[in-house]
Amino acid sequence: MSIRTFLQSKYIVAYTVSILFLIAAAITAISVGSVTVPVGDIVHVIAAHLFHFPVSDQVDPMYENIIFQIRLPRVLLAGLVGASLAIAGAAFQGLLRNPLADPYILGVSSGASVGAVITIFFNISLPFLGLYTLPVFSIATALLTILIVLFFARKVEKTMRVETIILTGIIFSSFLGSFISLMIALTGDQLEAIIGWLLGSVSMRGWDYVGIIIPFFVIGALLLMINSKELNAMSFGEERAQHLGVDVQKRKLVILAAGSILTGAAVAVSGAIGFVGLVIPHLTRLLWGPDHVHLLPLSIITGSGFLILTDLVSRTIISPRLLPIGVITALIGAPVFAMILIKQRKGSRGGL
Amino acid sequence: MLHLEQVAGGYDAEPIVQDIHFSVGKGEFFGILGPNGSGKTTLLKMISGLLPCIEGSISIGEQHISDFSRKELAKKMAVLPQLTSHAFPYTVKETVALGRYAHHKGLFQTWTAADEQVVQEVMQQTKIVSFQDQSVQELSGGEQQRVFLAQALAQEPEILLLDEPTNHLDLAYQKELLDLLKQRAIEQKLTVISIFHDVNLASLYCDRLLLLSQGKTMALHAPDGVVTEAMLKDVYRTDIKKHAHPTIAKPQMHLVPKYEDKTNHQVIINASMLECREDHIALRSPKPLRTLSSGVCGAGIGWYQQFVNRHVSKDYDCSDHYEDMHAYLEKHGFDTSQTVGMMTAVQLKDAAYGSWEKENFSLLTVVTAGVGNATDSTAVKAATTPVPQGTINTWIFINGKLSEEAFIQAVITATEAKAKVLQELDIRDKRTNTVATGTSTDSILIAATQSGADLPYAGTATELGELIGKSVYTETKKALKNYKKRGNYDSA
Repeated sequence: MSIRTFLQSKYIVAYTVSILFLIAAAITAISVGSVTVPVGDIVHVIAAHLFHFPVSDQVDPMYENIIFQIRLPRVLLAGLVGASLAIAGAAFQGLLRNPLADPYILGVSSGASVGAVITIFFNISLPFLGLYTLPVFSIATALLTILIVLFFARKVEKTMRVETIILTGIIFSSFLGSFISLMIALTGDQLEAIIGWLLGSVSMRGWDYVGIIIPFFVIGALLLMINSKELNAMSFGEERAQHLGVDVQKRKLVILAAGSILTGAAVAVSGAIGFVGLVIPHLTRLLWGPDHVHLLPLSIITGSGFLILTDLVSRTIISPRLLPIGVITALIGAPVFAMILIKQRKGSRGGL
Repeated sequence: MLHLEQVAGGYDAEPIVQDIHFSVGKGEFFGILGPNGSGKTTLLKMISGLLPCIEGSISIGEQHISDFSRKELAKKMAVLPQLTSHAFPYTVKETVALGRYAHHKGLFQTWTAADEQVVQEVMQQTKIVSFQDQSVQELSGGEQQRVFLAQALAQEPEILLLDEPTNHLDLAYQKELLDLLKQRAIEQKLTVISIFHDVNLASLYCDRLLLLSQGKTMALHAPDGVVTEAMLKDVYRTDIKKHAHPTIAKPQMHLVPKYEDKTNHQVIINASMLECREDHIALRSPKPLRTLSSGVCGAGIGWYQQFVNRHVSKDYDCSDHYEDMHAYLEKHGFDTSQTVGMMTAVQLKDAAYGSWEKENFSLLTVVTAGVGNATDSTAVKAATTPVPQGTINTWIFINGKLSEEAFIQAVITATEAKAKVLQELDIRDKRTNTVATGTSTDSILIAATQSGADLPYAGTATELGELIGKSVYTETKKALKNYKKRGNYDSA
């Protein structure tokens, strides 16, 4: 019994720490900027909107505008993108039994990028979609890519072992990657737009983009979380999972599809932001253990907090200029991750 | 329990195994043997449902395995995989708890008290409770294998499939794992079906064995019918010698290496190798000799290189002669694991020995003899008083290649010759006053170089038997005469 209570208390600590981190990151990110918004006002304004009571006169209406029109949607978008990439990364790492797998490993991001780059390159703007042309196109090409990858993987081998899927993904990734390079080489005026998009950003997207990613995030995250026990089983190998009673073929497809939806949507709204999907799940696993039942939700919380923070850094560090968020994720993420890894290794060696 | 009917299957459409037909009963320990590439793993994967049958059918009870859902099948049948590396640091308990997956229904079923109980039980049985919170990655191979066994048992299966479960495990863990499985099979009627790489282990633990070769059944029988020299030579295409297990009634196989060690080949044991001292007579052979002997150490059948007949005083306290002998040998530079040691109270100066030759083989016979406690074996009573002295130790070194029966015949022949000497010299058992056949503590050593002439028999009708008889008779007589000269013939 003591072990169970120990485990329970371990996860209570895990969730508390992660949620506090997320809240702190969000409030800081809303508060800090060219105009600093007092934390009290932030809480007041958000609470007023949530519970539908009038905003007090003491709050500067400009603050309300900054919070609602600029910072909150930006923080929410960064959080959702970080959450999507982190949970997708966690699921791919578990499914592929490879702690080095990231959500882009199956070529999904290249697929999404191709859609986006085509949109920018040809300056496409479809009548019904308008501003949404790019994200919608991008999600569509991402989903198309994963379908083609799975189709070819099945052609190569009927049982679609993960190794086959990874190989097919890598082939498609580099194929689509060179396609993007080709367009960049051919491009003239839109060069900056394309490069800017490829480096990734959550700036100036507004509530519309939040609205685009939310349904994909909810569906993808739910699909992954109801498969968390299966992910545990499959991280011991596909045959092992099958022997334990998991319907591997079906579950594998569901997990791959869910992960691709999440990744595709994230890339579509913010470009290919690296590192989050690789490091956050890894970090969460190091801190709280590999059990997917908790790993997935904890990755969501940590991933969103992390990306909110990095976005904050990217827009403040050389203000008023913006740094691409992808640069910051790696700049902050890599050393932190290396430190934790070294500490952990030393700790476990001392413990043995 | 499990039935296979004319099963054929493999990867894609090409059958790797064909025409497999057998049933395994409840609680049976069933082994699958075969050389590499014979289709063992393919067959096991078909039974576990990973690979489909191309022909035939596999069923549990009355139901075909493809009619089970994955979860239903996992409740009937568990698989213990070969040891592999793991990507993530799950704790032991988390790993074992995964075994309950098949027993959970629906999306949100939580961990129940019954689950917890099963997991605790199997962790106790596999002795992994003490490290249940450690990461599986930190454990040794043997411990990891126990964790995955616990996981498989947590499925509460009726059938357990194993693919070379002892691969990469050291000797003690191999035995521990198989003992545990065997016990489960006997006590809880768990049906165990296992692939074995090691023919000897399979023979020790399995009730029945299936021998595969090139995807076809070569034999299906109890170990005695499968582990035979002819069968295994044919299937594995290598030289194999069968030998009984020393303590249980199961056949064991020994490989016969093909290399020849030319340096030792021409060893001839002769009298010049004897080292005669006051406290012992020893012979150090340049290479190990096949021996059959009685004595204090190195007794039984074996391969030994050094031979010692040690003198002890008449009032030697033999309460712990074994330890004492070991200490003595070590002190004099003999490797106890390589030595046949005997003892006698006879003066070693009285020893008689001689080399005897025939056309294609020769032998050296060494006898130390005293008859202080000569007995008639047909009228023997347990010796009532501590034996003063006198025992006949006979060594026969044969330069030739003996069969196992030749060793035994050599003992018979030598014993008969010895008895003849005692009869001729009219040495009597003092308690019964009948002619003695030997003394109560006689020892014998037959040692052969196992090179040179083939000597399949050593009965008295053979040349070897004749030479053994003559030499033992002659040397024993000489030794007894020496013993008599010393004047303790009657006084003893």
